[in-house]
Amino acid sequence: MDLSYSDEEKAFRDEVRAFLDEKLPKDLQEKVRAGGDLQKDDMERWHAILNEKGWLAPNWPKKFGGAEWNAVQKHIFEEEAALAHAPRTVPFGLSMLAPVLQKFGSQEQCDYWLPRILSGEDWWCQGYSEPGAGSDLASLKTEAVLNDAGTHYIVNGQKTWTTLGQHANMIFCLVRTDKTVKQQEGISFLLIDMDTPGVEVRPIILLDGTHEVNEVWFTDVEVPVENLVGEENKGWTYAKYLLTHERTNIAGVGFSQAGLRAVKRIASQEMANGKPLIQNPHFAARVAQVEIDLMAMATTNLRIVSKAAAGTAPGVESSMLKVKGTIIRQEINDLARRAAGVFAMPFASEAIEGSNEALPDPLAAGPVASQYFNNRKLSIFGGSNEIQRSIIAKVTMGG
Amino acid sequence: MNFELTEERQMLQDTLRRFLRDRYDTATRNKILESDSGFSSDIWNELAELGVIGALFTEEQGGFGGKGFDIAVVFEELGRAGVVEPFLDTAVLAGGLIADLGNDDQQAHIEEIIGGGLQLAFAHGEPNSRYDLNRVNTSATVKGDEIVISGRKSVVINAENADMLVVSARESGGEYDADGISLFLVPKDAAGMTLQGYALLAGGRAAEVTFDDVTVPASARLGEAGKAAPAIETRTAYANVAQTAETLGAMETACRLTKDYMLQRKQFGRPIATFQALAHRMADLLIELEQARSAVILAAGHLESERGNRERNISATKNLIGRVGRLVGEESIQLHGGIAMTQEYELAHIAKRIVMADHRFGDVDHHLERFIELSAA
Repeated sequence: MDLSYSDEEKAFRDEVRAFLDEKLPKDLQEKVRAGGDLQKDDMERWHAILNEKGWLAPNWPKKFGGAEWNAVQKHIFEEEAALAHAPRTVPFGLSMLAPVLQKFGSQEQCDYWLPRILSGEDWWCQGYSEPGAGSDLASLKTEAVLNDAGTHYIVNGQKTWTTLGQHANMIFCLVRTDKTVKQQEGISFLLIDMDTPGVEVRPIILLDGTHEVNEVWFTDVEVPVENLVGEENKGWTYAKYLLTHERTNIAGVGFSQAGLRAVKRIASQEMANGKPLIQNPHFAARVAQVEIDLMAMATTNLRIVSKAAAGTAPGVESSMLKVKGTIIRQEINDLARRAAGVFAMPFASEAIEGSNEALPDPLAAGPVASQYFNNRKLSIFGGSNEIQRSIIAKVTMGG
Repeated sequence: MNFELTEERQMLQDTLRRFLRDRYDTATRNKILESDSGFSSDIWNELAELGVIGALFTEEQGGFGGKGFDIAVVFEELGRAGVVEPFLDTAVLAGGLIADLGNDDQQAHIEEIIGGGLQLAFAHGEPNSRYDLNRVNTSATVKGDEIVISGRKSVVINAENADMLVVSARESGGEYDADGISLFLVPKDAAGMTLQGYALLAGGRAAEVTFDDVTVPASARLGEAGKAAPAIETRTAYANVAQTAETLGAMETACRLTKDYMLQRKQFGRPIATFQALAHRMADLLIELEQARSAVILAAGHLESERGNRERNISATKNLIGRVGRLVGEESIQLHGGIAMTQEYELAHIAKRIVMADHRFGDVDHHLERFIELSAA
């Protein structure tokens, strides 16, 4: 056992820190720190900076233009990026579609689509969930029928919770291509240009007033047969590959650490009975409790990361990390909300956009209640925590 | 023992529930939430006509209720429907303080409040006061027949819509002393008073209010100079009964929506209500909901008790409602899944009201510590 990082790993961390220090634009950093709404060009700007350094695609092989970092390196980068309040990279093209293309796509598909992900030419979104197929993803109904000439699929149906789909020009979809077989066996993985006639994007406004998800409707949308990834009716295999192998940073350790810092910052500015709230034994105990949980979880995460770096793909561990990681992140969001006291009450956008200078500064506290509500999604999406627990139970106890 | 409502209160509950079911649906409320004023004067006037505000004042004050259970009945229904109109701030807090402390001239406002013609706000909290009721730094200085007020008040709910503000300010004593705090009636157009308004996450609006040598006549003082603290504490107790009852009503709605959804939503070929892991959690919510109901009864039933007994029950209730509220808010969203995260779905609004209620008049932790203190006394 050795809990310390190797010299190479430490040197790598220094390199990451120096890069973030020099290249992360201050305005972006401030926006992330304050919980502001990142715009499309904010995200594109950060992608371009990372791409210039060759760090945009940490998990891609070098031959495709990736950094080919191992799990420990990826972890170090993610941790430092979160602590530096760097924007998250948009995962849909980079870490969801790309690994599937690299493993199951044709040479032509890799040659065409992968460089466009790095350059930012395409903005991908994900078409998995449907109104009737949430946790039960395999029950999806969006249908793709090959035309008589065999040149195009005709797609009809509806996807939902399409994150950042309002910015996207491309969507990768799971579609039903055979209704006569077992649910999981009739699904295909299709790439769809969102400018094709018949594609319609409708916004869904979330409870904190943000627009980050959408509904995507398909009415007789023609998709060239070249846009099928791998084999017809094998899409479920690809989707599962994506889910089990590419869940990097599922525990969100860096976000929790950054969140905990924010809690402490707010609680040292907010006064309770004449003293900073952080000195209140009750509040301090709550913070300590979640910090202890986070320390252990960070170590669990490292144990799994180092296993993965040694070549063992995580199985049930990623479900465990998702459950514990989201519980801790949500607990931290709750503490930030409480720390802000009455100043958590204003609607976030009022505080964030600087339109309200009257709000005093713990009012970096402004967005904390919005973040608390927005992050209720963490335990719902990507396979709800209930589904994760069922996976853990099934793998460990059978049945 | 009798836990039944009196006939009058039962009638009030029935009338109010029927009115709100017919007139305050999700679409209506969403429109109100997006409006500039953050409330509907039509709804306000119609509810005033139904007697909602009158039920919050005693007969001596010109109303027909005013006891703990009258307040609880009204606010439970307002909470059940997710009403955002500022009844608590206008009637229970600011109006209540006028009723408790006002002289004959000032009391004359009560009739207007009950009729729906007067909007009020209670400007009390300050940037560093958090939940401490006695921490007042805004100053009031007597200059001949006039009083000059200076300072800043934070998150003053309904300030922009208010015709008058009830403002707390210190005439003597140190920053944290109960003694020395006075209340003043300040008209909305007072020179030197500036408002910076904003929408609240759970609906309605508030403002940061700055007093820059705001001058009012000595007759604007409510009650005796420097002696307002006990009235502020008492009225906050009433407000806590109102707010915990409101949260109870909202939690009833959250549980109803969740239960209905679980029966109707199918995954893996069957309603999610049939999955034991989920069903048990719904069962827990229903157990906690009964705990919450009992807690509100405790607070309402002790509102007219002597101070120590009253406040101990208030803190107990506020702590329990805060805990149950977080559980119900979070679990009802989780059991719904994504749909509950969308702004237009009723539960989103209801869950926000439930959780954010903890941020007024002291949160779970504040009232836990206060309960310990009051129990030791």
